[in-house]
Amino acid sequence: MAEPILLRNVGVPDSHTIEVYMQRGGYQALPKALKEYEPAALVDLVKRSGLRGRGGAGFPAGVKWSFLPKGVYPRYLVCNADEGEPGTFKDRVLIEHDPHGLIEGIIISCYACEVNTAFIYIRGEYEFGARRLEQAVQEAYAHGFLGKNILGSGFNLDLIVHRGAGAYICGEETGLLTSLEGDRGHPKLKPPFPASEGLYRKPTVINNVETLFNVPFIVERGAEWYTSMGTEKSPGLKLFCISGHVNKPGVYELPLATPLRTLIYDYAGGPLEGKPIKAIIPGGSSTPMITPENLDVPLDYESLAAIGTMLGSGAVIVIGEGTCIVRTVERLAEFYRHESCGKCIPCREGTDWLYKILHRIEHGAGREEDLPLLLDICSNIGGKSFCPLGDAALGPVRSSIAHFRDEYLQHIRDKRCPYQD
Amino acid sequence: MRREVHVLSDKVKSEIQQLKARYPHPNSALLPALALAQKEHGWLSPEVLEEVAEVMELSPAQVGSVASFYTMFNRRPVGKYLIQVCTNVACSLLGAEHLVEHLKQKLGIGVGETTPDGRFTLLEVECLGSCGTAPVMQINDTYYENLTAEKVDQILAELRSR
Ligand SMILES: Cc1cc2nc3c(=O)[nH]c(=O)nc-3n(C[C@H](O)[C@H](O)[C@H](O)COP(=O)(O)O)c2cc1C
Ligand code: FES
Repeated sequence: MAEPILLRNVGVPDSHTIEVYMQRGGYQALPKALKEYEPAALVDLVKRSGLRGRGGAGFPAGVKWSFLPKGVYPRYLVCNADEGEPGTFKDRVLIEHDPHGLIEGIIISCYACEVNTAFIYIRGEYEFGARRLEQAVQEAYAHGFLGKNILGSGFNLDLIVHRGAGAYICGEETGLLTSLEGDRGHPKLKPPFPASEGLYRKPTVINNVETLFNVPFIVERGAEWYTSMGTEKSPGLKLFCISGHVNKPGVYELPLATPLRTLIYDYAGGPLEGKPIKAIIPGGSSTPMITPENLDVPLDYESLAAIGTMLGSGAVIVIGEGTCIVRTVERLAEFYRHESCGKCIPCREGTDWLYKILHRIEHGAGREEDLPLLLDICSNIGGKSFCPLGDAALGPVRSSIAHFRDEYLQHIRDKRCPYQD
Repeated sequence: MRREVHVLSDKVKSEIQQLKARYPHPNSALLPALALAQKEHGWLSPEVLEEVAEVMELSPAQVGSVASFYTMFNRRPVGKYLIQVCTNVACSLLGAEHLVEHLKQKLGIGVGETTPDGRFTLLEVECLGSCGTAPVMQINDTYYENLTAEKVDQILAELRSR
């Protein structure tokens, strides 16, 4: 494996403390950014690096920052540390092992976007990570990296760690903001996009943990260094989380466009118990599943889109032979049904209906008409729900019917799950 | 007439006031305020919700509606140890359902129930963001990873002896 960059502090004793972080070269990019760059030049640097958002949609970070309306203040930056997409656990590793790396990224990004108050919205379950972040924030204040007149530059920044309380929809950016405003995490209609009207109706930047974490490296090493890795449209390094039926699940740092096969076999130790792979969910639970025929696909935004799926959050879930696909999809449908915020009818009713049909198929009461019905419901949710949660629920259903129709039919015909004794 | 409610300590109430002052807008303190109240009281009873509403200067309906949206806010009493087993996809692929069955047997309760001695409540939850160390459960604030039935037994024995 190449020298780790994003994961360089993971596994180092006390890497979460400011002393160890600084001994290892931390907080060097911050003075460089403050001294050598005007805010606009930093936005331009991140734009030139081509860094794309790591929270799922892959929107270029610098471009998003440049959408902030000129001259409107205050502005806010919110780091999305909600990490609720099943299969995803990379942000947690960064937060727990390298909280200062994230904080340094946030400070530089706030300077670039002329933000004086920032938030880290962290999912409530991450108690340990939240405590480490709070501790690290205090250390950063004590060292003059946060607060008033940071390193004598005249730039002020307050950073608040805010804990969620268990709701996947709060990872969706507008739901997150509503939640941060002290309400139910209901999404809002876009436009206006948060960049023009976000938290407290002020211009707001929302970025994923990993996205902001990349920023100090880009400042230190330059945009050209960043674009020298990955592809033209998907430059840089990516954290891939791999879980399920593999020998060495975990978080691996690889250049974008590394083949899926390399991740599974060379890094994650190959399939568990040598069992053949049946399906792979490539980018978190909402991304359409693929089959082993696609093992050589390069893991980048465009290549995965080209085969009808998505890179998403970079969470690869490997499903081995011997696993019932209908059962797996039923479980995912249960997740989306549980997490639907209930604000719009297509998603609220549709996800519940999908689950009920999958449940009856899995439990031997499926009907011939159920497959066309599932697809019909999907097309009545897709593009019609208020926010993308509805669309997220469809990935597993549609892709599993496309690839494993026979398995569904077998359940319906035999009135039982072939994988249950 | 308003009921007099005094369930939260002055300490928690003043912490909530400090939180309100910390945010650009005081309403943002609602989730942390509910979390503090729950930590002190164990669960969010109607009285607690009402008192949080009072300190937050929000309507009880608003506070109740927010509290009921988030799964981490308990609106029923829970045991001393809240056991939450992830049964989402990665955990499920590695046998989480068997662990739930095992826990049900060991504790003699169903999912959603509390042992008669008030020590353990058992729940199934969605992905805990620990899929690389599946299967996983969370007990109060702590994660327990790479679980097996034997490990679960050890953990229960350890908690029982506390
Ligand atoms: C239902 C849903 C859940 C989401 N959950 C997360 C999440 O947990 N973390 C995250 O960073 N982005 C999540 N997103 C994406 C965010 O809406 C947003 O695009 C992202 O935080 C922007 O940051 P980025 O540009 O740095 O990727 C979610 C989106 C949807 C529709
Ligand atoms: S699926 Fe259990 S922690 Fe993610």
